[in-house]
Amino acid sequence: MKTRVITPADVFEKYLPEEYRDLVDRGPYLENHGVAGLGTTKELVEQHPHCAGCGVSLGIRLAAASLPSPEDTIIVGTPGCSFFALAQTAVNYSNTAFGNQNAVASGIKRMLQVRHPDKNKDVIVMVGDGGIADIGLDLTLHSWFRREKITTIMLDNEVYGNTGGQESGMSKIGQKLNMAPTGKKFPKVPVYDMAKTAGCAYTARVTVASPYKLEKAVRKAVLIARNVGPTYVQIYTPCPTNMKFPSNGTINVAKEAEKEYYSFDEYFTKEAEQYLAEQNALKNSQGIDEK
Amino acid sequence: MRQDQKVVNADYLLFDAPRKESFITGSEAVAEAIKRANIDMAVAYPITPQSESMHLVGELYAKGYVKDFYRAENEFAVMAAIHGASLAGGRVFTATSGPGTLRAMEMFPVWAGARQPIVCAFMCRGVSLPPSIQPENIEMAMLLETGMMMLHAENGQDFFDMLLKAYIVAEKPDVHLPVGVFADGFFVTHTRDKVMLPSEDLTLESYSPHCAPVPAFNMETPPIRITRDPLLNKSNFISYAANASWHQEVLAASERARKYLNRYLNGLLEVEKPEAKIMFAASGTAVSQCREAIRRLSDMGIEAGLIKIKSVRPFPEKELREATKEAEWIFVPEFNAGGWLAREIKAALDRNSRVVGEPRVFGGMTMPPEIIIDAVLKRLQSSDVNI
Ligand SMILES: Cc1ncc(C[n+]2csc(CCOP(=O)(O)OP(=O)(O)O)c2C)c(N)n1
Ligand code: SF4
Ligand SMILES: [Mg+2]
Repeated sequence: MKTRVITPADVFEKYLPEEYRDLVDRGPYLENHGVAGLGTTKELVEQHPHCAGCGVSLGIRLAAASLPSPEDTIIVGTPGCSFFALAQTAVNYSNTAFGNQNAVASGIKRMLQVRHPDKNKDVIVMVGDGGIADIGLDLTLHSWFRREKITTIMLDNEVYGNTGGQESGMSKIGQKLNMAPTGKKFPKVPVYDMAKTAGCAYTARVTVASPYKLEKAVRKAVLIARNVGPTYVQIYTPCPTNMKFPSNGTINVAKEAEKEYYSFDEYFTKEAEQYLAEQNALKNSQGIDEK
Repeated sequence: MRQDQKVVNADYLLFDAPRKESFITGSEAVAEAIKRANIDMAVAYPITPQSESMHLVGELYAKGYVKDFYRAENEFAVMAAIHGASLAGGRVFTATSGPGTLRAMEMFPVWAGARQPIVCAFMCRGVSLPPSIQPENIEMAMLLETGMMMLHAENGQDFFDMLLKAYIVAEKPDVHLPVGVFADGFFVTHTRDKVMLPSEDLTLESYSPHCAPVPAFNMETPPIRITRDPLLNKSNFISYAANASWHQEVLAASERARKYLNRYLNGLLEVEKPEAKIMFAASGTAVSQCREAIRRLSDMGIEAGLIKIKSVRPFPEKELREATKEAEWIFVPEFNAGGWLAREIKAALDRNSRVVGEPRVFGGMTMPPEIIIDAVLKRLQSSDVNI
């Protein structure tokens, strides 16, 4: 879409909501401020109705700040806590039936390529762990098998947050949760490893305790999806409400997880590596490093 | 469309363009319609008796008539991908049958709620109670309240015309709703019939997302803060009211489609011999069976009329009341055990004890004219109505 569509005509500018003008003047549409700009620039996510200390809303806020071209992005969601912030984010957002997200994203991406073949339009799935690892697992994997050029981001709070703290496939083994009254009987579904074998060109595992790593991962994931193939970012976004820790403990919980089992990881296919190397060679002349 | 095709307006293609006779199956009639429908994208998943038509649509993609096409992983994924493709502002097509329809069920109200002019063909067949792949249209009963418009084809000609007409009506700015075009599996899909076709060099104008009452998700429309789906993120009166009024608007859009259906289908129903005391009211291939029964009854000296219902949603209540003014008996033969059409008709008429939901066949049984005639004769013998 870029400048022409976004920038209001002079005569109309005063009629537009202040918020929109802010997004254009001080926001991320025309200039990328990244995670470092949070707090000093206009954000895509301004307010949300999540619980205090919610890791999911923090994950969304950080991921939104990392989008390379928010004005040319559509986020596809699904029911779950993430919906509540995403529906209020200043990016196109679609959300319908639980678990259909990667099929919807496939349709959107293909149609955008049919109708706007000369333009970069990013299609990003951003949903909960249950939405991907349980009800939407087949559609997620098949979008990767088909090598759809979309980015899939899991906001992993290891529980069904939205429906009241039930066991998800991504919950830890032994964890006592609703519908797992004697503790979960099997380990976390290995979606992260499956992404590598299922055809993703880039995968990253990160937590909300490492915002700059998260930013780089999301940015790479979107650029690689645009140019090479499907990408997957799994973000640990702990849920104070259902995991029953104090709402100011989210970052600490995520930091502990980084030490124990949620270490940072990145994987590239040869094509993805080559693409980034080319980009870096190009950008180095401008003083920006992509990797 | 292909470069060698000529774009013409819908009325020319449907009403004025010279047509040539062909002798083709219903599945081939579907492909002939799609060839002329300027489709951007189709997605398919195989199921009998739909498969052949989507093989042919795949071939249309290979030949350049359709711009993108793939075989998806299941019907829920098909209908979700079609939903996505339509959100991004293009014209789409898919088809399914019986169990595929049920597998995809959650997506149909989504299409209507998202105001998408998706056209889907349903080659109706039995569902698992017990398993059957045979002709049966019980799945139509399950789709009645999904918000999609529903047209029921009697034969290959109807199937061809209704698919093209479905796009035209669906895409009207004051309608913009999905349309299901239904045909009874095997009877229509797998039999050859005479179908009059306009030249394959002609095609509809391409879909314009600017005609939509809601913006396309193509990032060409500021101000880039769009959640098109009805609000559910606040538990308060305003979001309930927004959801309810959106819902009402979906139903109202279907009502507004009547004027276009009247024009393009030449009425939501067709009536023969409205003065007859015995009427048949049917949709799909049951109509053809009634035609033969009426001919034989006439030979026996019993005159009967026929109401062919072409649009099931919106339903022609008023037209039915008008067409049954003189009727003492209204027989509703159906290819399903539930008798959904008889129920719909009963709900639309006064003195609805006149409606006889007979005969009904299912599980793959055919409906020979004899059993239709039997149903009529049985009623006549047990009544004092003089015909
Ligand atoms: C077909 C269907 N089944 C169940 C639900 C109910 N439901 C809504 S959100 C949700 C759980 C979401 O969990 P997750 O994906 O982990 O997201 P979170 O809320 O934890 O962020 C469920 C079960 C639904 N909306 N649709
Ligand atoms: S339940 Fe958990 S994930 Fe959901 S909003 Fe509250 S803190 Fe966030
Ligand atoms: Mg969750």
